[in-house]
Amino acid sequence: MPERGSTQHTTRRSTASRNGSGANGASPHEAGGGQRRAPRRRGLKDAAAEALVKRIPRADLDERDPDYIREQLPGLWMLASFYFRAEVRGLHNIPADGPVLLVGNHSGGNMTPDTTVFTLAFNTYFGVERRFYQLAHNLVLAMPGLSRLRKFGTVAASHENAHKALDSGAALLVYPGGDYEVHRPIWDANKVDWGGRTGYVRLALEKEVPIVPVVAIGGQETSIFLSRGERLARLLGLDRTLRLKVLPISLAIPWGLNVGDILGHVPLPAKITVEVLPPIYLREQFGPNPDVDEINRHVLAEMQGKLDELAAERRWPLIG
Amino acid sequence: MRVERELVVNAPRERVWDYIANPDNYTLFFSGITRWDVEGRKKRGGGARYRMLMRVGSAEVGGLVEVVEFDEPGDMAWTSVLGVDQRGRWRLRAHGPNRTSVMFRLSYHAPGGLLGWLSDQLSAPMVRSNIQQTLENLKRHIESEHAEGARRARTRPTKRRAAKA
Repeated sequence: MPERGSTQHTTRRSTASRNGSGANGASPHEAGGGQRRAPRRRGLKDAAAEALVKRIPRADLDERDPDYIREQLPGLWMLASFYFRAEVRGLHNIPADGPVLLVGNHSGGNMTPDTTVFTLAFNTYFGVERRFYQLAHNLVLAMPGLSRLRKFGTVAASHENAHKALDSGAALLVYPGGDYEVHRPIWDANKVDWGGRTGYVRLALEKEVPIVPVVAIGGQETSIFLSRGERLARLLGLDRTLRLKVLPISLAIPWGLNVGDILGHVPLPAKITVEVLPPIYLREQFGPNPDVDEINRHVLAEMQGKLDELAAERRWPLIG
Repeated sequence: MRVERELVVNAPRERVWDYIANPDNYTLFFSGITRWDVEGRKKRGGGARYRMLMRVGSAEVGGLVEVVEFDEPGDMAWTSVLGVDQRGRWRLRAHGPNRTSVMFRLSYHAPGGLLGWLSDQLSAPMVRSNIQQTLENLKRHIESEHAEGARRARTRPTKRRAAKA
Protein backbone atom coordinates (compact mmCIF):
# COMPACT_ATOMS: atom_id res chain seq x y z
CA MET A 1 0.00 0.00 0.00
CA PRO A 2 1.37 3.36 -0.89
CA GLU A 3 2.28 5.55 2.01
CA ARG A 4 2.17 9.16 2.80
CA GLY A 5 5.22 9.42 4.96
CA SER A 6 7.27 7.99 2.20
CA THR A 7 7.45 11.34 0.56
CA GLN A 8 10.44 12.65 2.23
CA HIS A 9 12.14 9.32 1.89
CA THR A 10 12.25 9.13 -1.81
CA THR A 11 13.28 12.66 -2.10
CA ARG A 12 16.11 14.28 -0.42
CA ARG A 13 17.76 15.36 2.69
CA SER A 14 18.44 18.98 2.17
CA THR A 15 21.27 20.83 3.79
CA ALA A 16 18.76 22.93 5.64
CA SER A 17 16.97 19.91 6.97
CA ARG A 18 20.27 18.34 8.03
CA ASN A 19 20.77 21.43 10.07
CA GLY A 20 17.39 20.99 11.63
CA SER A 21 15.39 23.56 9.79
CA GLY A 22 12.51 21.37 8.69
CA ALA A 23 9.83 19.91 10.91
CA ASN A 24 9.53 16.93 8.65
CA GLY A 25 12.99 16.61 7.26
CA ALA A 26 12.13 19.23 4.69
CA SER A 27 13.72 22.56 4.08
CA PRO A 28 11.75 25.74 4.69
CA HIS A 29 12.76 26.85 1.23
CA GLU A 30 10.43 24.25 -0.17
CA ALA A 31 7.39 25.77 1.42
CA GLY A 32 4.34 25.58 -0.78
CA GLY A 33 6.12 23.77 -3.55
CA GLY A 34 9.03 26.15 -3.57
CA GLN A 35 11.32 23.72 -5.33
CA ARG A 36 11.09 25.71 -8.50
CA ARG A 37 14.57 27.09 -8.44
CA ALA A 38 16.40 27.28 -11.73
CA PRO A 39 18.99 24.55 -12.03
CA ARG A 40 22.56 25.73 -11.97
CA ARG A 41 23.58 24.00 -15.18
CA ARG A 42 21.18 23.15 -17.95
CA GLY A 43 21.31 19.59 -19.14
CA LEU A 44 19.00 16.79 -20.05
CA LYS A 45 18.85 15.56 -16.48
CA ASP A 46 18.30 19.09 -15.17
CA ALA A 47 15.55 19.77 -17.65
CA ALA A 48 13.84 16.48 -16.77
CA ALA A 49 14.12 17.27 -13.10
CA GLU A 50 12.72 20.73 -13.62
CA ALA A 51 9.81 19.35 -15.62
CA LEU A 52 9.09 16.86 -12.86
CA VAL A 53 9.20 19.48 -10.16
CA LYS A 54 6.84 21.70 -12.13
CA ARG A 55 4.29 18.90 -12.10
CA ILE A 56 4.22 18.86 -8.33
CA PRO A 57 0.87 20.19 -7.21
CA ARG A 58 0.50 22.31 -4.15
CA ALA A 59 -1.22 20.33 -1.45
CA ASP A 60 -3.26 22.51 0.82
CA LEU A 61 -5.30 21.94 3.93
CA ASP A 62 -8.65 22.26 2.20
CA GLU A 63 -8.10 19.06 0.26
CA ARG A 64 -8.72 16.92 3.35
CA ASP A 65 -12.05 15.18 2.93
CA PRO A 66 -13.58 13.63 6.09
CA ASP A 67 -16.21 11.68 4.12
CA TYR A 68 -13.53 10.15 1.93
CA ILE A 69 -11.48 9.19 5.00
CA ARG A 70 -14.56 7.64 6.60
CA GLU A 71 -15.14 5.47 3.56
CA GLN A 72 -11.52 4.30 3.51
CA LEU A 73 -11.43 3.30 7.17
CA PRO A 74 -12.82 -0.23 6.66
CA GLY A 75 -10.06 -1.01 4.16
CA LEU A 76 -7.40 0.39 6.48
CA TRP A 77 -8.93 -1.51 9.39
CA MET A 78 -8.66 -4.83 7.54
CA LEU A 79 -5.08 -4.11 6.49
CA ALA A 80 -4.06 -3.11 10.01
CA SER A 81 -5.98 -5.84 11.83
CA PHE A 82 -5.28 -8.87 9.68
CA TYR A 83 -2.11 -8.12 7.72
CA PHE A 84 -0.06 -6.13 10.23
CA ARG A 85 -1.88 -7.35 13.40
CA ALA A 86 -1.42 -3.80 14.57
CA GLU A 87 -1.71 -2.62 18.11
CA VAL A 88 -2.01 1.05 19.03
CA ARG A 89 -1.70 2.14 22.64
CA GLY A 90 -1.92 5.38 24.55
CA LEU A 91 -4.18 7.40 22.26
CA HIS A 92 -5.69 8.93 25.41
CA ASN A 93 -2.36 10.77 25.80
CA ILE A 94 -3.25 12.99 22.87
CA PRO A 95 -5.01 16.12 24.18
CA ALA A 96 -8.73 15.78 23.40
CA ASP A 97 -8.85 19.05 21.49
CA GLY A 98 -6.70 21.89 20.28
CA PRO A 99 -3.58 21.90 18.16
CA VAL A 100 -0.91 19.35 18.90
CA LEU A 101 2.33 18.32 17.22
CA LEU A 102 2.62 14.55 16.93
CA VAL A 103 6.23 13.56 16.39
CA GLY A 104 6.98 10.06 15.18
CA ASN A 105 9.84 7.77 14.31
CA HIS A 106 9.57 6.57 10.76
CA SER A 107 10.06 3.11 9.32
CA GLY A 108 9.35 0.91 6.34
CA GLY A 109 10.95 2.65 3.35
CA ASN A 110 8.50 4.13 0.89
CA MET A 111 5.76 1.86 2.22
CA THR A 112 5.39 3.02 5.79
CA PRO A 113 2.82 0.84 7.53
CA ASP A 114 3.15 2.71 10.81
CA THR A 115 1.59 5.79 9.21
CA THR A 116 -1.34 3.75 7.88
CA VAL A 117 -1.91 2.17 11.25
CA PHE A 118 -1.70 5.45 13.12
CA THR A 119 -3.99 7.27 10.68
CA LEU A 120 -6.62 4.58 11.16
CA ALA A 121 -6.24 4.67 14.94
CA PHE A 122 -6.43 8.46 15.16
CA ASN A 123 -9.49 8.73 12.92
CA THR A 124 -11.45 5.99 14.65
CA TYR A 125 -10.52 7.24 18.13
CA PHE A 126 -11.24 10.92 17.65
CA GLY A 127 -13.56 10.69 14.66
CA VAL A 128 -12.92 11.97 11.16
CA GLU A 129 -14.37 15.30 12.24
CA ARG A 130 -11.18 16.15 14.14
CA ARG A 131 -8.70 17.78 11.82
CA PHE A 132 -5.60 15.69 11.40
CA TYR A 133 -2.83 16.48 8.94
CA GLN A 134 0.42 14.76 8.08
CA LEU A 135 3.43 16.40 6.50
CA ALA A 136 4.93 14.62 3.53
CA HIS A 137 7.27 15.56 0.75
CA ASN A 138 5.29 17.05 -2.09
CA LEU A 139 6.96 14.72 -4.62
CA VAL A 140 5.08 11.85 -3.01
CA LEU A 141 1.85 13.78 -3.32
CA ALA A 142 2.61 14.21 -7.00
CA MET A 143 3.21 10.52 -7.66
CA PRO A 144 0.55 8.84 -9.81
CA GLY A 145 -2.00 7.12 -7.62
CA LEU A 146 -0.88 8.84 -4.47
CA SER A 147 -2.75 12.09 -4.98
CA ARG A 148 -5.58 10.56 -2.92
CA LEU A 149 -3.33 10.90 0.12
CA ARG A 150 -4.17 14.60 0.04
CA LYS A 151 -7.76 13.68 0.89
CA PHE A 152 -6.45 12.02 4.04
CA GLY A 153 -4.97 15.32 5.14
CA THR A 154 -1.46 14.71 3.86
CA VAL A 155 0.03 18.06 2.95
CA ALA A 156 3.34 19.15 1.49
CA ALA A 157 6.11 19.38 4.08
CA SER A 158 6.58 23.10 4.42
CA HIS A 159 6.67 25.59 7.22
CA GLU A 160 3.72 27.35 5.68
CA ASN A 161 1.53 24.26 5.80
CA ALA A 162 2.75 23.27 9.25
CA HIS A 163 1.86 26.72 10.60
CA LYS A 164 -1.50 26.75 8.84
CA ALA A 165 -2.39 23.31 10.17
CA LEU A 166 -1.57 24.19 13.76
CA ASP A 167 -3.25 27.59 13.45
CA SER A 168 -6.42 25.81 12.39
CA GLY A 169 -6.38 23.87 15.65
CA ALA A 170 -5.49 20.58 14.01
CA ALA A 171 -3.33 17.71 15.12
CA LEU A 172 -0.24 17.58 12.92
CA LEU A 173 1.92 14.49 12.44
CA VAL A 174 5.55 15.01 11.46
CA TYR A 175 8.45 12.65 11.00
CA PRO A 176 11.60 14.67 11.68
CA GLY A 177 13.81 11.80 10.52
CA GLY A 178 12.16 11.78 7.09
CA ASP A 179 13.97 9.95 4.32
CA TYR A 180 17.13 9.69 6.40
CA GLU A 181 15.42 7.60 9.07
CA VAL A 182 12.94 5.63 7.02
CA HIS A 183 15.65 4.03 4.86
CA ARG A 184 18.00 3.17 7.72
CA PRO A 185 19.53 -0.30 7.48
CA ILE A 186 17.77 -3.14 9.23
CA TRP A 187 20.46 -3.47 11.89
CA ASP A 188 19.47 0.02 13.05
CA ALA A 189 15.76 -0.89 13.03
CA ASN A 190 15.26 -0.13 16.71
CA LYS A 191 17.03 3.19 16.69
CA VAL A 192 15.40 6.63 16.59
CA ASP A 193 17.67 8.59 14.27
CA TRP A 194 16.66 11.97 12.96
CA GLY A 195 20.05 12.99 11.66
CA GLY A 196 20.18 16.01 13.97
CA ARG A 197 16.95 17.59 12.76
CA THR A 198 15.30 19.82 15.32
CA GLY A 199 12.92 21.94 13.25
CA TYR A 200 9.94 20.31 14.93
CA VAL A 201 10.98 21.76 18.31
CA ARG A 202 11.15 25.27 16.88
CA LEU A 203 7.75 24.76 15.31
CA ALA A 204 6.21 23.62 18.61
CA LEU A 205 7.78 26.54 20.46
CA GLU A 206 6.68 29.05 17.89
CA LYS A 207 3.09 27.80 17.84
CA GLU A 208 3.00 27.12 21.61
CA VAL A 209 1.69 23.60 21.13
CA PRO A 210 2.54 20.43 23.04
CA ILE A 211 4.70 17.74 21.48
CA VAL A 212 3.27 14.24 21.65
CA PRO A 213 5.82 11.53 20.78
CA VAL A 214 4.51 8.57 18.77
CA VAL A 215 6.76 5.52 18.83
CA ALA A 216 6.31 2.69 16.35
CA ILE A 217 8.05 -0.62 15.90
CA GLY A 218 7.83 -3.29 13.21
CA GLY A 219 7.89 -1.12 10.11
CA GLN A 220 11.58 -1.70 9.49
CA GLU A 221 10.93 -5.45 9.33
CA THR A 222 8.65 -5.14 6.32
CA SER A 223 11.65 -5.35 4.00
CA ILE A 224 15.38 -6.01 4.29
CA PHE A 225 16.85 -2.54 4.24
CA LEU A 226 20.55 -2.63 3.47
CA SER A 227 21.71 0.95 2.95
CA ARG A 228 20.49 4.49 2.54
CA GLY A 229 22.66 4.70 -0.56
CA GLU A 230 23.81 8.25 0.10
CA ARG A 231 27.07 7.75 -1.82
CA LEU A 232 25.25 6.21 -4.76
CA ALA A 233 22.88 9.18 -4.91
CA ARG A 234 25.85 11.56 -4.97
CA LEU A 235 27.69 9.49 -7.56
CA LEU A 236 24.72 9.58 -9.93
CA GLY A 237 24.26 13.28 -9.34
CA LEU A 238 20.72 12.77 -8.00
CA ASP A 239 21.35 15.10 -5.13
CA ARG A 240 22.03 17.92 -7.58
CA THR A 241 19.31 17.20 -10.13
CA LEU A 242 16.43 15.71 -8.19
CA ARG A 243 17.65 16.61 -4.73
CA LEU A 244 17.61 12.95 -3.86
CA LYS A 245 20.12 12.62 -1.07
CA VAL A 246 19.37 8.97 -0.57
CA LEU A 247 19.00 6.12 -3.03
CA PRO A 248 18.04 3.30 -0.72
CA ILE A 249 19.06 -0.27 -1.39
CA SER A 250 17.01 -3.13 -0.02
CA LEU A 251 15.83 -6.67 -0.67
CA ALA A 252 12.11 -6.46 -1.25
CA ILE A 253 9.17 -8.23 -2.84
CA PRO A 254 8.67 -8.42 -5.83
CA TRP A 255 11.90 -6.84 -7.04
CA GLY A 256 14.55 -8.79 -5.20
CA LEU A 257 17.31 -6.22 -5.12
CA ASN A 258 15.42 -2.95 -4.88
CA VAL A 259 17.35 0.22 -5.66
CA GLY A 260 15.59 3.49 -4.99
CA ASP A 261 12.26 1.99 -3.92
CA ILE A 262 10.66 4.42 -6.36
CA LEU A 263 7.92 1.96 -7.31
CA GLY A 264 7.46 0.85 -3.75
CA HIS A 265 7.37 -2.77 -2.73
CA VAL A 266 5.11 -5.32 -1.09
CA PRO A 267 5.72 -4.97 2.64
CA LEU A 268 6.19 -8.14 4.63
CA PRO A 269 3.41 -8.71 7.18
CA ALA A 270 5.36 -7.62 10.23
CA LYS A 271 3.45 -6.95 13.41
CA ILE A 272 3.22 -3.20 13.97
CA THR A 273 2.98 -1.73 17.44
CA VAL A 274 2.49 1.98 18.00
CA GLU A 275 2.54 3.69 21.36
CA VAL A 276 1.65 7.31 22.04
CA LEU A 277 3.54 8.88 24.93
CA PRO A 278 2.27 11.61 27.28
CA PRO A 279 2.36 15.16 25.91
CA ILE A 280 5.35 17.40 26.55
CA TYR A 281 4.39 21.00 27.36
CA LEU A 282 7.61 22.77 26.46
CA ARG A 283 7.42 26.04 28.43
CA GLU A 284 6.04 24.31 31.51
CA GLN A 285 8.72 21.68 31.47
CA PHE A 286 11.74 23.58 30.13
CA GLY A 287 11.05 27.14 31.28
CA PRO A 288 10.17 30.35 29.40
CA ASN A 289 13.27 30.31 27.19
CA PRO A 290 13.91 26.66 26.52
CA ASP A 291 16.93 25.32 24.73
CA VAL A 292 16.00 23.63 21.46
CA ASP A 293 18.77 21.03 21.68
CA GLU A 294 17.85 20.14 25.24
CA ILE A 295 14.23 19.56 24.25
CA ASN A 296 15.32 17.52 21.25
CA ARG A 297 17.58 15.38 23.43
CA HIS A 298 14.70 14.87 25.86
CA VAL A 299 12.23 13.86 23.12
CA LEU A 300 14.75 11.50 21.54
CA ALA A 301 15.57 9.92 24.90
CA GLU A 302 11.89 9.40 25.71
CA MET A 303 11.23 7.85 22.33
CA GLN A 304 14.35 5.69 22.31
CA GLY A 305 13.48 4.42 25.80
CA LYS A 306 9.99 3.43 24.67
CA LEU A 307 11.33 1.90 21.45
CA ASP A 308 13.74 -0.21 23.51
CA GLU A 309 10.82 -1.36 25.67
CA LEU A 310 8.76 -2.26 22.62
CA ALA A 311 11.75 -4.08 21.11
CA ALA A 312 12.18 -6.08 24.31
CA GLU A 313 8.52 -7.16 24.05
CA ARG A 314 9.09 -8.66 20.61
CA ARG A 315 10.11 -12.28 20.57
CA TRP A 316 10.48 -12.81 16.85
CA PRO A 317 11.05 -10.61 13.81
CA LEU A 318 7.87 -10.22 11.71
CA ILE A 319 5.74 -12.25 14.12
CA GLY A 320 6.26 -9.82 16.96
CA MET B 1 -24.52 -6.46 10.56
CA ARG B 2 -26.69 -7.46 13.50
CA VAL B 3 -25.31 -9.21 16.55
CA GLU B 4 -27.61 -10.39 19.31
CA ARG B 5 -27.15 -12.36 22.52
CA GLU B 6 -29.49 -13.26 25.38
CA LEU B 7 -28.98 -14.58 28.88
CA VAL B 8 -30.95 -15.00 32.13
CA VAL B 9 -29.75 -13.14 35.21
CA ASN B 10 -30.82 -14.27 38.67
CA ALA B 11 -31.90 -10.85 39.89
CA PRO B 12 -35.04 -8.69 39.65
CA ARG B 13 -35.54 -6.66 36.51
CA GLU B 14 -35.25 -3.33 38.38
CA ARG B 15 -31.83 -4.24 39.69
CA VAL B 16 -30.59 -5.18 36.22
CA TRP B 17 -32.07 -2.00 34.83
CA ASP B 18 -30.33 0.18 37.43
CA TYR B 19 -27.06 -1.44 36.49
CA ILE B 20 -27.29 -1.04 32.72
CA ALA B 21 -28.77 2.46 32.90
CA ASN B 22 -25.75 3.72 34.82
CA PRO B 23 -23.06 4.91 32.35
CA ASP B 24 -20.35 4.56 35.00
CA ASN B 25 -20.69 0.77 34.80
CA TYR B 26 -20.02 0.35 31.11
CA THR B 27 -16.25 0.23 31.25
CA LEU B 28 -16.58 -2.32 34.06
CA PHE B 29 -18.80 -4.91 32.44
CA PHE B 30 -18.93 -4.16 28.71
CA SER B 31 -16.23 -6.28 27.10
CA GLY B 32 -14.04 -4.38 24.62
CA ILE B 33 -15.35 -0.97 25.70
CA THR B 34 -12.43 1.34 26.36
CA ARG B 35 -14.43 4.51 26.80
CA TRP B 36 -17.99 5.40 27.79
CA ASP B 37 -18.05 9.07 28.77
CA VAL B 38 -21.11 11.18 29.38
CA GLU B 39 -21.26 13.99 26.86
CA GLY B 40 -23.33 16.94 27.99
CA ARG B 41 -25.33 17.50 31.17
CA LYS B 42 -27.73 14.61 31.03
CA LYS B 43 -26.24 11.50 32.55
CA ARG B 44 -29.02 9.00 31.87
CA GLY B 45 -32.41 8.76 30.23
CA GLY B 46 -33.72 9.67 26.82
CA GLY B 47 -31.50 12.20 25.08
CA ALA B 48 -28.38 11.36 27.12
CA ARG B 49 -25.28 11.25 24.97
CA TYR B 50 -22.19 9.15 25.41
CA ARG B 51 -18.84 9.11 23.67
CA MET B 52 -18.00 5.44 23.41
CA LEU B 53 -15.27 3.28 21.91
CA MET B 54 -14.99 -0.47 21.53
CA ARG B 55 -11.76 -2.21 20.62
CA VAL B 56 -12.33 -4.29 17.51
CA GLY B 57 -9.24 -5.70 15.84
CA SER B 58 -6.59 -2.99 15.57
CA ALA B 59 -8.83 -0.03 16.19
CA GLU B 60 -11.01 1.51 18.85
CA VAL B 61 -14.26 2.05 17.01
CA GLY B 62 -17.35 3.96 18.06
CA GLY B 63 -18.28 7.59 18.29
CA LEU B 64 -21.00 9.71 19.83
CA VAL B 65 -24.27 7.92 20.60
CA GLU B 66 -27.59 9.20 21.90
CA VAL B 67 -30.21 7.34 23.92
CA VAL B 68 -33.39 7.39 21.85
CA GLU B 69 -35.53 5.02 23.89
CA PHE B 70 -35.56 4.76 27.67
CA ASP B 71 -38.55 2.72 28.74
CA GLU B 72 -37.87 1.87 32.37
CA PRO B 73 -37.32 -0.97 33.31
CA GLY B 74 -37.60 -2.73 29.96
CA ASP B 75 -36.01 -1.18 26.90
CA MET B 76 -33.12 1.15 26.30
CA ALA B 77 -31.85 1.94 22.80
CA TRP B 78 -29.24 4.27 21.40
CA THR B 79 -28.25 5.34 17.98
CA SER B 80 -25.08 6.90 16.62
CA VAL B 81 -24.73 10.62 16.10
CA LEU B 82 -21.07 10.58 14.99
CA GLY B 83 -18.72 7.75 14.08
CA VAL B 84 -19.67 4.27 12.99
CA ASP B 85 -23.37 3.85 12.17
CA GLN B 86 -24.78 1.78 15.01
CA ARG B 87 -27.86 1.05 17.03
CA GLY B 88 -27.73 -0.70 20.39
CA ARG B 89 -30.63 -2.07 22.41
CA TRP B 90 -31.13 -3.62 25.82
CA ARG B 91 -34.34 -5.62 26.37
CA LEU B 92 -35.10 -6.76 29.88
CA ARG B 93 -38.01 -9.09 30.51
CA ALA B 94 -39.17 -10.81 33.70
CA HIS B 95 -38.29 -14.49 33.58
CA GLY B 96 -39.99 -15.86 36.67
CA PRO B 97 -39.66 -14.52 40.21
CA ASN B 98 -36.41 -12.60 40.71
CA ARG B 99 -35.10 -13.64 37.34
CA THR B 100 -34.60 -11.45 34.27
CA SER B 101 -34.05 -12.29 30.66
CA VAL B 102 -31.46 -9.84 29.28
CA MET B 103 -31.07 -9.38 25.55
CA PHE B 104 -28.51 -7.10 23.92
CA ARG B 105 -28.58 -6.33 20.24
CA LEU B 106 -26.08 -4.28 18.27
CA SER B 107 -26.64 -3.36 14.66
CA TYR B 108 -23.81 -1.61 12.87
CA HIS B 109 -22.75 -0.76 9.39
CA ALA B 110 -19.29 0.24 8.21
CA PRO B 111 -19.13 2.76 5.36
CA GLY B 112 -17.27 2.14 2.11
CA GLY B 113 -19.33 -0.20 -0.09
CA LEU B 114 -17.77 -3.61 -0.66
CA LEU B 115 -14.87 -3.02 1.73
CA GLY B 116 -17.34 -1.86 4.36
CA TRP B 117 -19.43 -5.01 3.89
CA LEU B 118 -16.33 -7.18 4.09
CA SER B 119 -15.13 -5.48 7.25
CA ASP B 120 -18.60 -5.96 8.78
CA GLN B 121 -18.33 -9.69 8.12
CA LEU B 122 -14.79 -9.92 9.47
CA SER B 123 -15.52 -7.90 12.58
CA ALA B 124 -18.73 -9.77 13.46
CA PRO B 125 -17.04 -12.68 15.31
CA MET B 126 -15.07 -10.18 17.45
CA VAL B 127 -18.15 -8.11 18.23
CA ARG B 128 -20.18 -11.26 18.93
CA SER B 129 -17.51 -12.48 21.32
CA ASN B 130 -17.44 -9.08 23.07
CA ILE B 131 -21.20 -9.10 23.52
CA GLN B 132 -21.30 -12.67 24.81
CA GLN B 133 -18.58 -11.78 27.30
CA THR B 134 -20.46 -8.61 28.22
CA LEU B 135 -23.61 -10.50 29.16
CA GLU B 136 -21.61 -12.98 31.20
CA ASN B 137 -19.85 -10.11 33.00
CA LEU B 138 -23.20 -8.43 33.61
CA LYS B 139 -24.65 -11.62 35.09
CA ARG B 140 -21.63 -12.13 37.34
CA HIS B 141 -21.54 -8.52 38.57
CA ILE B 142 -25.26 -8.26 39.25
CA GLU B 143 -25.63 -11.69 40.83
CA SER B 144 -22.64 -11.14 43.09
CA GLU B 145 -24.01 -7.72 44.11
CA HIS B 146 -27.43 -9.26 44.64
CA ALA B 147 -26.03 -12.07 46.74
CA GLU B 148 -23.95 -9.61 48.75
CA GLY B 149 -27.04 -7.47 49.38
CA ALA B 150 -29.01 -10.50 50.51
CA ARG B 151 -26.17 -11.63 52.82
CA ARG B 152 -26.00 -8.19 54.43
CA ALA B 153 -29.76 -8.17 54.93
CA ARG B 154 -29.52 -11.52 56.69
CA THR B 155 -26.58 -10.64 58.91
CA ARG B 156 -27.77 -7.18 60.05
CA PRO B 157 -30.52 -8.35 62.51
CA THR B 158 -28.19 -11.02 63.88
CA LYS B 159 -25.58 -8.36 64.65
CA ARG B 160 -28.22 -6.20 66.33
CA ARG B 161 -29.34 -9.12 68.45
CA ALA B 162 -25.74 -9.89 69.36
CA ALA B 163 -25.18 -6.26 70.39
CA LYS B 164 -28.26 -6.29 72.60
CA ALA B 165 -27.11 -9.49 74.27
